[in-house]
Amino acid sequence: MGVTHKIFCAGFGGQGVMSMGQLFSYAGLLAGKEVTWCPSYGPEMRGGEANCSVNISDDLIGSPVIKQDATVAVLMNVAAFKKFENQVKPGGSLYLNSSLIHEKPSRTDINVYYVPVNDIAAEMGNTKLANMIMLGAVNKIEKIVDDELLLEAFTKVFGEKKANLIPINREAIAKGAASVG
Amino acid sequence: MAKILLKGNEAVVRAAIEAGCRYFFGYPITPQNEIPEYFSKELPKVGGTFVQAESEVAAINMLYGAVAAGARAMTSSSSPGVALKQEGIGYISKAELPAVIVNMMRGGPGLGSIQPSQSDYNMCVKCGSNGDYRNIVMAPGNIQELVDMVIEAFDMADYYTNPVVILADGLIGQMMEPVEIKQPEVKREMPEKTWALTGKNGGEPHRIINLNLDANELEQVNIELFKKYAVIEENEQRYEEYKMDDAEYAFVSYGTASRIVRSAVNELRNEGYKVGMIRPLLLWPFPEKAFEGKDHIKKYMDVEFSMGQMVDDVKLACNDKHKVEFYGRAGGVIPSVNEVVDFAKKVMGGAQ
Repeated sequence: MGVTHKIFCAGFGGQGVMSMGQLFSYAGLLAGKEVTWCPSYGPEMRGGEANCSVNISDDLIGSPVIKQDATVAVLMNVAAFKKFENQVKPGGSLYLNSSLIHEKPSRTDINVYYVPVNDIAAEMGNTKLANMIMLGAVNKIEKIVDDELLLEAFTKVFGEKKANLIPINREAIAKGAASVG
Repeated sequence: MAKILLKGNEAVVRAAIEAGCRYFFGYPITPQNEIPEYFSKELPKVGGTFVQAESEVAAINMLYGAVAAGARAMTSSSSPGVALKQEGIGYISKAELPAVIVNMMRGGPGLGSIQPSQSDYNMCVKCGSNGDYRNIVMAPGNIQELVDMVIEAFDMADYYTNPVVILADGLIGQMMEPVEIKQPEVKREMPEKTWALTGKNGGEPHRIINLNLDANELEQVNIELFKKYAVIEENEQRYEEYKMDDAEYAFVSYGTASRIVRSAVNELRNEGYKVGMIRPLLLWPFPEKAFEGKDHIKKYMDVEFSMGQMVDDVKLACNDKHKVEFYGRAGGVIPSVNEVVDFAKKVMGGAQ
């Protein structure tokens, strides 16, 4: 059996949570992996909350659902942190948007990374880049796909018209990677 | 064609258009709203027509009309909406017309929830309208299968002049997976639609009739229908066997539930349990052939997102009701792999 990444992303609408998951999924597809992307929908999304579950695997994916067995959880706001800390399996990794989340998790059986993505994005002059910075941080540590594939995925997810934004997003991924190591 | 990432609901539309479907009639309901939304955008581009009907009942009867005229057409909905369509589905079945109906199931009964469920097995597989009739029911377990099944559903419907139901769930509708939109490798030879209501073209008048006041005449209609159903039962039993070669215990599961079971089988195999899975690809006809020559299987473990609607069929197929155990979650709750593993261990005891 090969490696399976189970990535759970949560935050509020507008933080780019769903597109983070889609970028990982498409990049996984471009890398020749099996992938699934499942969004939250319906009442879970009322009140502006959003989350998605991504599987990227060398093998056929069985359950696409993540239920306390994420290898990686990315939590972008306090509400997500309070609700989803237990989504990570023991030994897995938790990435927190430390610009908004000032608490520390109670668990000691997981790796925790604090990434101040809103602050880094503000320094870059564009708050919309926060999710790409997080993507860069996660991918640096987890080595899920080649960074270039995330950028190739960018136009697949957002359309060819957004290709002009690739340089700034490449920079955002690099800044995110630098922030964790 | 390279694989693209598609949401299940969008994949239904792409597949249907690829299959030549040019008419869609529907009424919105979560979790399948992307189907009508995407159809409304795509059908005009290929010269087709999208109609948002005033109700599910209207939509199914518009479909009845379109397929009676010989068109490739479909409708889609989710559980309570499909319940409303039952009358029309019965009429289309009686009239022997080729319709495709997609059901992205959600929790029930009643208006229920909007989360993924499999609790319409009885309604769709056992048929929820009045009278003796059968619908072909396909149960995709991933988005590629959904695409392939939708494309084939139109051929099957035309071939057997019978409704075909795609029975999936909200998760399949909402999830994205890589897919390739492609025609089936083996194409059926399609009968000409000599019965279609095509207007006054100087030929013989065609009639599509639902009422037979003469009991003997109507009985004959039933007998002819069941001759057709017998052919379908013989030809169209389909299933996947997963790790069944040396299995002593077998899960039985379909659709999204079967994916959780697949992960559970892998975990149990790692621990040394000789366990596999029979996965029906079509629910009607139920793949009884999958259970033949398997007297050595000690227990069948049926796992569904329901309170156990497929259990009866598994009991009949394995011909030993004492061998069938069930685990399910209802109302839109999805079981975890661990839950399924724990259930299996209780059934199998220390057997490894």
